[in-house]
Amino acid sequence: MTSSPSSALSLRNLHKHFDAGRPGLLRRDDRLVHAVDGVDLDLGRGEILALVGESGCGKSTLALTLLGLERPTSGEMYFEGTDVARLRGAALKDMHKRIQMVFQDPYESLNPMMTIEEIVEEPLIVHRSFPTSDQRRARVIQALEDAGLKPADSFLDRLPHQLSGGQRQRVVIAASLVLDPTILLADEPVSMLDVSIRAEILNLLADLRARQGISILFITHDFGTVAHFADRIAVMYLGRIVEIGRTEEVLRAPRHPYTKALLSVVPVPNPRLRQKRTILQGETPNPIDLPTGCRFHPRCPIAEDRCRLTDPPAVTLSPSHSAACLLIENDK
Amino acid sequence: MTTPTTSAPLLAVRDLSIDFITPDRPPAHAVSRVSFTLQPGEAMGLVGESGCGKTTLSLALLRLLPPQGRIVNGSVQFNGRELLALAEPEMADIRWRHMAMIFQGAMNALNPVVTVGSQIGEAIHRHYPFMSPPEVAARVAELLDMVGILGARADQYPHQYSGGMRQRAMIAMALACSPEIVIADEPTTALDVMIQAQILDLLDNLRRHLGLAVIFVTHDLGVVAELCDKVLVMYGGVTAEYADVDTIYNSPRHPYTQELLKAFPDLSKPQAALNSIPGYPPRPDALPTGCRFHPRCPLVFDRCRTDQPALLSVSPVWSSQQSSGYAGTANSKRSGEVRPTHLASCHLVENDK
Ligand SMILES: Nc1ncnc2c1ncn2[C@@H]1O[C@H](COP(=O)(O)OP(=O)(O)OP(=O)(O)O)[C@@H](O)[C@H]1O
Ligand SMILES: Nc1ncnc2c1ncn2[C@@H]1O[C@H](COP(=O)(O)OP(=O)(O)OP(=O)(O)O)[C@@H](O)[C@H]1O
Ligand code: SF4
Ligand SMILES: [Mg+2]
Ligand SMILES: [Mg+2]
Repeated sequence: MTSSPSSALSLRNLHKHFDAGRPGLLRRDDRLVHAVDGVDLDLGRGEILALVGESGCGKSTLALTLLGLERPTSGEMYFEGTDVARLRGAALKDMHKRIQMVFQDPYESLNPMMTIEEIVEEPLIVHRSFPTSDQRRARVIQALEDAGLKPADSFLDRLPHQLSGGQRQRVVIAASLVLDPTILLADEPVSMLDVSIRAEILNLLADLRARQGISILFITHDFGTVAHFADRIAVMYLGRIVEIGRTEEVLRAPRHPYTKALLSVVPVPNPRLRQKRTILQGETPNPIDLPTGCRFHPRCPIAEDRCRLTDPPAVTLSPSHSAACLLIENDK
Repeated sequence: MTTPTTSAPLLAVRDLSIDFITPDRPPAHAVSRVSFTLQPGEAMGLVGESGCGKTTLSLALLRLLPPQGRIVNGSVQFNGRELLALAEPEMADIRWRHMAMIFQGAMNALNPVVTVGSQIGEAIHRHYPFMSPPEVAARVAELLDMVGILGARADQYPHQYSGGMRQRAMIAMALACSPEIVIADEPTTALDVMIQAQILDLLDNLRRHLGLAVIFVTHDLGVVAELCDKVLVMYGGVTAEYADVDTIYNSPRHPYTQELLKAFPDLSKPQAALNSIPGYPPRPDALPTGCRFHPRCPLVFDRCRTDQPALLSVSPVWSSQQSSGYAGTANSKRSGEVRPTHLASCHLVENDK
């Protein structure tokens, strides 16, 4: 398989496995945690792609692998059409500048002792991007304004605790924008925030894409958050993408039983529209002992005998929509 | 369980006001004149943005405010007994046994070096010292089972639990003495949607089968729509709006409620743009004059800047008669004749009379 040149990022059969034994101890355990287990995914240029799935399904591990903080166990990764395994030296450093991450918690991801200017300037110093402090300051001010913190100079000397939650998350975003990335990996950037601040940050991200053409991989466990602004949605279960499609396709006509269950539990903000919920009991099973056959079969409400035997391939439902469930072929 | 009489609610809160006192600073009016009632088996959502006074109000009901917090006015009656007049030992008896709280961020509050089972057992022992160890153990197993945790897991430590399991263990602990009321302060915020659904389902079952009354504190309007019968929307320490859940979502009258709803993502209308409410709720030590919402209100007019709007009954469209001005005295579900209470504190409500 090759990557499409229109993609900002492409993954082919990507795996990331960890040792199940605790680090530092004598390894009594040679089993593996299959955190990312065969992911194919393309992030288009200027696209907002939502990656949705329960806690522990491998979303953050996937993001850390894309960021270069974790080494893939196997598989291929292409950055703007180039195989990342072949990148060396300056080209590799440039890629690391172009892919930036926004972390979940605006209360924990900012150093309380540093001023806003120092926080946003730090990546510039690390990457030696601008030689003089005047140039750096101009860039910091631009990034703060791009993140909607205006007038930017009134924020430079402040400390994180002097800002509201929404402003802090904007600082986190400004620090990720300062290196002029083409790809943002946003890992649950709003789940700790109030509804109205949440709307503010989501609108900001949509605006950044519109104005600067940034591609965004938006990681969340909540469909509600992404429905309004993602172009496509990818649903992840136990290290695999089980369904992917344009936002309307996935929301209106979900085909994988896991997607259907997840959608059924999204709280609807109207008591007249309370729906029948398919609550899957327990939590995502342990990625150490993967179930045989379809990895979803132990929790699947419609599983049949064959689901225990065959690992379902992705079935193409439309040029943009596919899902990996054995029972889909039935109703074709 | 006590059987409800329609006249005396399980909990009646009237004109409750709470200040925070800091030396050399003016008092901070964190909660002002909040009233509501709660019937057995009823679930009330307490919603509003961060800093609107939700946790402060909840803590005051149990008289668990931090030392700077003062209840400066009002009454809290549980089954007709005035809680604010009780001596501390009597209040301690009400807490957990009749009214329990799941604290905000509680899943990180378990003691890491004590097994989950012993922590729940200890809570039981404190209120029922005469129970034998095997009886306590049986009750712990029963509680864990109720929240969907295998009894064998009682011997594990908190770090061996996932976040969702720890949260459910905290719910088990709150239920240890079979209280009539549980106050759940953001019990599902930051949890996975599927685990959130499991917890909502659990609370809903307890309410239906044991008549547990629930005060559900959250900024998530979706969760409130799923679970609650009544909703109290707080803004800057006051009641912005109070009504049954259908009215709040389908005919809200306070501009704050309307704006909050527009900011909440709705899967059934994915095309609609998300609205944010510019600005932030006021600090309780620097409240604006007039309506506390006026600096952010899209419908603000002159009077809003100077006069504080009273909490008034909204005239129902189908009737010109006014219902009682006291929150919760009328209950739509239980008696057909009484109209549901709908209160809002906005000058626009007064204008249409
Ligand atoms: N360094 C590591 N060593 C061993 N196992 C790990 C490591 N990092 C992650 N895992 C495991 O890999 C799986 C996927 O974890 P990951 O953090 O990617 O999930 P996630 O989808 O981001 O979950 P959440 O929504 O809770 O953030 C989990 O079972 C986790 O315990
Ligand atoms: N111990 C205290 N001393 C002084 N002020 C306090 C104290 N505790 C809370 N406050 C203030 O009282 C107001 C109400 O706080 P409270 O915690 O009740 O809000 P909340 O609605 O629960 O918010 P959140 O959604 O963030 O939990 C806030 O402005 C807060 O800063
Ligand atoms: S009283 Fe005025 S400012 Fe307050 S909510 Fe009503 S219209 Fe808005
Ligand atoms: Mg994660
Ligand atoms: Mg609170």
